[in-house]
Amino acid sequence: MTTVAIPEKVERRRVPTRRRVSPLLVVLVAAAVIAVLTYTLPPFRNYQLATIGAYLCVTAGLTVLTGLNGQLSLGHGALMATGAYTLALMQNRFDMLVLGLAAAIVVTTAVGAIIGLAAARLRGPYLAGLTLAVAVVVPSITSTFDETFNSDQGLTVALEPPPGTIGVEQWQAWLCWGAALVTVLLLAYAIRGRFGRDLRAVRDDETAAKLAGVGVARTQVLAFVVSSACAGLAGALFAVLAQSVSPGAFPLTLSLFLLMAIVIGGLGRLSGAVIGAFLLVALPSVAQSIAEDAGSQRLEGNLALTFFGVVLVVVMLAAPGGLASLRFPTKQASLRFPTKKASLRFPRKKQKGQE
Amino acid sequence: MSGPRPPLLRIDGLSAGYGGAAPVLRDVSLTVESKQIVAVLGANGAGKTTLLRTVSGQLRSSAGRVVFDGVDLRGVKVERMVRHGIAHVPEGRGVVTELTVDENLQLGGLWRKPRPALDDIYDLFPALARRRGHLGHQLSGGERQMLAIGRALAAEPRLLLLDEPSLGLAPKITAQIMALLRDLRDRTGLAVLLVEQNVRSALSVADEGLVLSLGRVVTRNDAATLAGDADLRHAFLGF
Amino acid sequence: MDRFLYLTFDGLSRGAVYAAFALALVLIWRAARIVNFAQGAMAVATAYAGYSVANATGSYWLGFLTAVVAGLLLGAVVERVVMRFVDHSSPLNGVVVALGLVLIIQGVLGMIYGNEFRPVEAPFSRDAFLIGGVALLSRYDLFVFAAVGAVVVLLTLLFTRTPTGLRMRAAAFAPDVSRLLGVPVGGMLTLGWALAAAVGSLAGMLVLPTELGLHPNAMDLLFISAFTAAVLGGLDSPVGAVVGGLVVGLVLAYVSGYFGATVAPMAVLFLLVAVLLTRPAGLFAKAKARTA
Repeated sequence: MTTVAIPEKVERRRVPTRRRVSPLLVVLVAAAVIAVLTYTLPPFRNYQLATIGAYLCVTAGLTVLTGLNGQLSLGHGALMATGAYTLALMQNRFDMLVLGLAAAIVVTTAVGAIIGLAAARLRGPYLAGLTLAVAVVVPSITSTFDETFNSDQGLTVALEPPPGTIGVEQWQAWLCWGAALVTVLLLAYAIRGRFGRDLRAVRDDETAAKLAGVGVARTQVLAFVVSSACAGLAGALFAVLAQSVSPGAFPLTLSLFLLMAIVIGGLGRLSGAVIGAFLLVALPSVAQSIAEDAGSQRLEGNLALTFFGVVLVVVMLAAPGGLASLRFPTKQASLRFPTKKASLRFPRKKQKGQE
Repeated sequence: MSGPRPPLLRIDGLSAGYGGAAPVLRDVSLTVESKQIVAVLGANGAGKTTLLRTVSGQLRSSAGRVVFDGVDLRGVKVERMVRHGIAHVPEGRGVVTELTVDENLQLGGLWRKPRPALDDIYDLFPALARRRGHLGHQLSGGERQMLAIGRALAAEPRLLLLDEPSLGLAPKITAQIMALLRDLRDRTGLAVLLVEQNVRSALSVADEGLVLSLGRVVTRNDAATLAGDADLRHAFLGF
Repeated sequence: MDRFLYLTFDGLSRGAVYAAFALALVLIWRAARIVNFAQGAMAVATAYAGYSVANATGSYWLGFLTAVVAGLLLGAVVERVVMRFVDHSSPLNGVVVALGLVLIIQGVLGMIYGNEFRPVEAPFSRDAFLIGGVALLSRYDLFVFAAVGAVVVLLTLLFTRTPTGLRMRAAAFAPDVSRLLGVPVGGMLTLGWALAAAVGSLAGMLVLPTELGLHPNAMDLLFISAFTAAVLGGLDSPVGAVVGGLVVGLVLAYVSGYFGATVAPMAVLFLLVAVLLTRPAGLFAKAKARTA
């Protein structure tokens, strides 16, 4: 009697796999929509659109790391700072944007590889603690080496104006979304195949993954490296957007915001990364207009902070299995992760009738 | 066994489970009197442990009643059970391995005022007295079982729920424990609901036995009769 | 040599504060298997409460008391209202919820008090006495040692000598069995959080006069240092937390003293990395590597 339900479950688990649209098609459609948008939106909205694109680079990478591979990183704000400062230094020396972007990705990837090597040996709160330390400490490096990084004032980024009559904001939107869509496309193809399977296998059960021949540490380091590259690119784009870099632009809260974005977007889906990136721009914007209406300077920024925190806590408490259940559509989640609480809450009342 | 007084523990039509497809216990009824040892027998998965867990409130019942000394136990929280006079020694003994022997025993009587002296317990288990200051994880299997039972007795319960005390123990130690139960019953009037896989030793000490199979009571009789019923033994008890 | 002695005492004084804060982390880890990443933010919140009371009444000590009591309350509330409902299937869930609390607390504090630094006065002089011609200790350092020492002694007595302490330990080690023995496990958990938060608040009050001042982010670095201390001691061990705290304090004092204060945060990071990679279970570990 007790085993009747099991084969059914196994069948169900296989269902939600292949019903996929080609990522290339999605990206092409998105590119077209964005392009049209940039011609219709006013400059400020274009700037916000560009910011969403920049955020998307990093949230897509984090989706792979946290959502698919189960590693929590609070250090991606610091990795973005790495990318941003690299771009600033390169740009001010060579004045070639492509070179700066490439260097930002390379340098951040290298830094990410170092953290990733350590991270692959750590789990849960230890990994969170280490990456949190990275997030808190890295901005202070700008004061330690103030001749290079100019301390709290930061650096300005000299950029050539865009060619012709194109507005700066429109050009920024193109740049950011171009980068974001390429990132998403590459990630989408990467996680389709073996790499994606390995990521999930390691996340779900390390021992089982090891037995199945998946290199656990290798997969984890690779996931960290990939997401670091994404963060470096995003940081570089932020430097382009703000035309300056300073440690204040990459506080600990930035890393926490990124975490919130991917948790709310639905862990482990690139579409969730898009939602998360959108919320990262939309929510502060809403909060700011509320603060302006209220005429309170203290509300500004802090309202968004509180709002993000509340959303994060509520989402985590409302999801029955915590992070794990956010990875799947709710139906499968309840099948895969039956919690004790849920089972105690619904005692079967029909036994007598069944007899 | 039904005298003019109501029994100490009365279970009526009890069903319970873990929220899965089928309930583990179905319509179980039984009584335990004061000064009586009732053995619950049955194969793996028959629902023996579930029965004890439901009585002590760790598991919610889905139907039926559990009445202890006139109190309906369904509304009583696990941590209040001991105050009603019910002590549960879980399977695998449940010694807190990070605490010392003495601390484990103290824990058993902590809710009582004034706190009991543990001398009586140490008298019952001289082996424990020698290891007062040792941590739980330094004890042997037999010592752990004694500690778990001793800790339950420190609460001076009227009903002891005992889950597989013989698990993993040498026959000699099992026999000691069974003798101790008999002695406690006779001396203090303790009632015991004893879950056992080891049918022989359980029936050697029990007054009554009942057999669970797939969550139902299939038979109930006095211990001697059960031990002598060859058909039953073959069908449900496997010896 | 004089400088070395001075830095040593300075390090022990800092280390005492880290030890207290690490102790708070360890208390909650032992009770709930959660590293309370909100500990720093919670300590800041209670410090603001103490700051307000001290300003209104003009009494530092009333403010100090307020902060510690507010810590007790805040710890209990956080456990009862939020942490109790966190799913424990993955240790990350608790971490993420705690980080959400950090955002909420910092946001709310910013809205109430604004984001500027508010200098906090020390109740005693921070000028060092001259002992044999060498500046070693200030009155404030002595106060720090006394306060942290008192906390350590009181917690030790509580956990080893009182029935409540025994209940708390049992509830942490074996909740199911403890319940059967009549221990109110939920209540013990709440008490554990309350105590830990109060200790964290006390550490926060002690560190403030030595830092730039009160600010919603004021305890970020304290948290990192204390986390390093707790990991150094093995997360599970209160003794380890105290020793770890002193070690981290000394390292930071020497690094700031000889290489400049701006290098100190990096030194913490390096220390944390070194510990995690070489002795992941802490210096006093007998158990296996940490995977939880």
